Amino acid sequence: MAKKMKINDVIELLKDADVEALEGVTFEGDIELEIDETAAGIDSLFAYTMGQETAKIGLYLLNLARSVGYPVDQIAGMPAQPLAPSVPKLSKLIESKFSVGTNDEWKTQIQEVTLGATSSDGGTRGHTITLGGEKALPYYFDAPMPNRNYVTIDVFDMPIGMAKAVKSNYEDVMEDPGEWAKKVVKEFNADLVTIHLISTDPLLNDTPAVEASKTVEEVLQAVDVPIVIGGSGNPEKDPLVLERAAEVAEGERCLLASASLNLDYERIAAAANKYGHVVLSWTQLEINAQKELNRKLMKQCGVDRDRIIVDPTTAALGYGLDYAYSNMERIRLAGLIGDEELNFPMSSGTTNAWGAREAWMVSSPLKEDSDWGPREYRGPIWEIVTGLTLALGGNDLFMMMHPGAVKVLKEITQTLFGSIKTDEIDLSNWVAEVVA
Amino acid sequence: MKVNSPLQVYKYLPQTNCGECGEATCMAFASHLLDRSNKIEDCPPILDGKYKKKYLELSELLASEIREVIAGVGETAVKIGGDDVLYRHQLTFFDPTVLAYDVSDTMSEEELVGRVKKISEFKKFYVGAFLKVDMVAVRSTSNDPSKFKAAVKKVTETTTLPLILCSFNPEVLAAGLEVCADRKPILYAATKENWQQVSELALEHKTPVVLFSPGDLDELKTLAVSFKEIGINDIILDPGTYPRGEQLKTTFENFLKLRRAGIKEGQKDIAYPIMATPITSWMVNEDPITASYWETVLASVFTVKYGDMMIMHSIEPYALLPEVHIRSTIFTDPRTPVRVDPGVYEVGSPTKDSPVIITTNFALTYYTVESDISSNDINCYLATVDTDGIGVQASVAGGQLTAAKIKETFDNAGFDFKEKTSHNTVILPGMAARLQGDVEDTTGLNVKIGPPDSGRIFGWMETNWPPK
Ligand code: B12
Ligand code: SF4
Repeated sequence: MAKKMKINDVIELLKDADVEALEGVTFEGDIELEIDETAAGIDSLFAYTMGQETAKIGLYLLNLARSVGYPVDQIAGMPAQPLAPSVPKLSKLIESKFSVGTNDEWKTQIQEVTLGATSSDGGTRGHTITLGGEKALPYYFDAPMPNRNYVTIDVFDMPIGMAKAVKSNYEDVMEDPGEWAKKVVKEFNADLVTIHLISTDPLLNDTPAVEASKTVEEVLQAVDVPIVIGGSGNPEKDPLVLERAAEVAEGERCLLASASLNLDYERIAAAANKYGHVVLSWTQLEINAQKELNRKLMKQCGVDRDRIIVDPTTAALGYGLDYAYSNMERIRLAGLIGDEELNFPMSSGTTNAWGAREAWMVSSPLKEDSDWGPREYRGPIWEIVTGLTLALGGNDLFMMMHPGAVKVLKEITQTLFGSIKTDEIDLSNWVAEVVA
Repeated sequence: MKVNSPLQVYKYLPQTNCGECGEATCMAFASHLLDRSNKIEDCPPILDGKYKKKYLELSELLASEIREVIAGVGETAVKIGGDDVLYRHQLTFFDPTVLAYDVSDTMSEEELVGRVKKISEFKKFYVGAFLKVDMVAVRSTSNDPSKFKAAVKKVTETTTLPLILCSFNPEVLAAGLEVCADRKPILYAATKENWQQVSELALEHKTPVVLFSPGDLDELKTLAVSFKEIGINDIILDPGTYPRGEQLKTTFENFLKLRRAGIKEGQKDIAYPIMATPITSWMVNEDPITASYWETVLASVFTVKYGDMMIMHSIEPYALLPEVHIRSTIFTDPRTPVRVDPGVYEVGSPTKDSPVIITTNFALTYYTVESDISSNDINCYLATVDTDGIGVQASVAGGQLTAAKIKETFDNAGFDFKEKTSHNTVILPGMAARLQGDVEDTTGLNVKIGPPDSGRIFGWMETNWPPK
């Protein structure tokens, strides 16, 4: 039985076959051929199994068409013999609409936690800051993000060693925590101030808790932003230091840093409850430990949900940031889909970035490395990228040190948050317009 | 990927357990296909004609959700896209973001060659290998085909890295292709204005092509659907990277939308790699340091969130170092244990007077220490203790690095201090100082405490070695 076919139909049949040379070949014009279907047996199974054979048939058909006088070459726009691919014509674009759904698994809101108390709430802060409240991953279009990210800048109760690029900003105030706090708020735009009572460390000055708490009072007087109070990291002494500090700061709704599983977290929780503060629940890159500590704080110590912020640990870019990022992202995702032991605002010790040798070493210790360039530019960007990555993983509060890094981190997080408006720019010819 | 259990995959395999793939059984091979540590082609029998149907079906089932596009040729060829999940902890992200740096056709030859060399030669040691950047983007700022052609030619003569040819003028792109089509460059870009000519070029030269539609996802999809219809599959999407303000926020959302449509919703007609152009930072920032910083910020955002390829300008170390590191952060496979085999390794050619240094078998720690000593030409024995792949500081805190473990390391290696050393001394990492007494008691060796950071061993040795 003979069937009339157009060349295009043949090509269509051959499309499924494994024939590279014919891919994308189309023809214009109606060249009709008669083929004996039973003889040639061109169906898709045939095309599939015969592979190269079909290609030959295609060529044969074209030659046949040519030999009986069809202007194949002209129509197909091809040079005489070879069957080179030619360009198909789509005369106009196939109009399409893009759409995508929102995520309906994110049903649980992240807890909102407020830091600082104004006079109407029994404190002396000029304003309060609220963290958390998200219903989606940060900056996602699924649900508006209710609160922006905030930055707290580190202040220490004694001069300490720090990377040169950081130190140069604080040399004039290192002896005076009050002045130091003023500087970070006025000049470097800190949203909050963290006062680290590191001099209490028995291996450093072993400052008594009572004396250290005076520094907290000093800072509270110097600035009116909400404050974070940190110990020295010594698990034996920190509970005592934080208890005293909490007492002198009663009613200010400070963040106490930190409660962790390797110290007497009950005492810190009790101090927060008694004097009206918030607890930083700190674990080290372990999601189950984070759940455990949060559970203990809530169930065993009676800390209210709106008084818990978590610090799942920050590792620097190149030194474990992969762990820190995925850990935070997992915690946030778990919170959003309903894990009520994990849906708290998160805080990052972003200053850990300065521990990375790329941030502070004069040059690479490796001869094979390309030049590392001046370190004063490497350090701040190391702090920025470390913080920014965690911002994308769901982190809300950043503990930082370098003023330049603070500025850039705020700019990008607030841009993604949606509060930075600028003139629109036209990208349509960027390739030629970028001058650099 | 359309399958998720080894059993589903197993059905398509020859099921002979012949072992030619290097796995003991077809089932084991199946699970490696799922975690993508093996490819179907690693099973020679399935390539046989009689399995062709199964082979093709399985290929289809295992294909990544986001298409993988290959550019360049030979050793420097790059894979772009290829992702299967939205979050790295769900599996891992595949095909690390391809980093391209620009040159332009109005640069002097000297400047152009200098930049291309810096781009191709950049390297940064990290965990046993060098981090590098991948491509050179040649921008036509002249809009002159002959100038562009000359610049492209110069680039191909200077580097083997793959190229991105950048111009919205098809004649300029065609001129560039004349001198580098055999290197499989990427064409940047087809737009709603030039799509006809650019699609012809892409078809003719079989090159991947970027579709560019700033801020308009309907238009981007329109282009993608049309190109597919024409027979072009090696497509990369550029939804436009606006450098600031609300437009940047929208850019970020567009990246999320495209990737969610591709992976979560399986919308095949938009499931292509996405590219970003942090280089647009230079359109809004005058000061070069500010522009470079902001460019790195944009590059980081889109490395973390779904950028499969990107074009940057700054090649300052303070841009390149964080850019290659954030990429390695995001694309490190969270499934593979990052550890090395414990043992006592020789670095250089140690003699009896050479130091014996102790570290742990966390890959990051081991390679950092190893490279610090070898690059400073220190000959020594490096005893790598099995701490379950935990670094020094964390394993001291967690109890995996102990005096007993250190002794065990030397015992297992049959390392005899009397025979191998003249000093009977080991050097502990500064962060493990508190183990000093224990190690002395357990091993009977003299113990010296090194600096906290192994980068400082060289300087430390000047005053502390040999032990007096
Ligand atoms: C990533 C990380 C983890 C990861 C570990 C991943 C891994 N495979 O190692 C995980 C999540 C598992 C982890 C867990 C814990 N961690 Co942790 N962790 C970190 C983190 C963020 C980075 C560590 C790192 O990778 N550094 C990079 C590597 C290369 O450093 P390194 O191995 O020390 O090697 C350097 C030096 O030691 C030196 N060096 C190495 N060898 C040698 C040899 C010689 C001769 C010399 C001279 C020098 C030298 O040079 C190297 C390069 O600089 C740090 C915080 C930080 N520092 O940023 C905390 C940190 C190390 N962890 C800490 C703790 C307490 C823990 C836990 C005990 C927490 C807990 N309570 O559960 C657990 C212990 C787990 C265990 N051991 O089983 C503490 C340790 C405190 C202390 N000083 O004792 C730290 C400092 C955090 C903190 N500030 O409290 N942690
Ligand atoms: S080579 Fe193929 S057939 Fe042989 S064991 Fe591996 S998967 Fe099975």
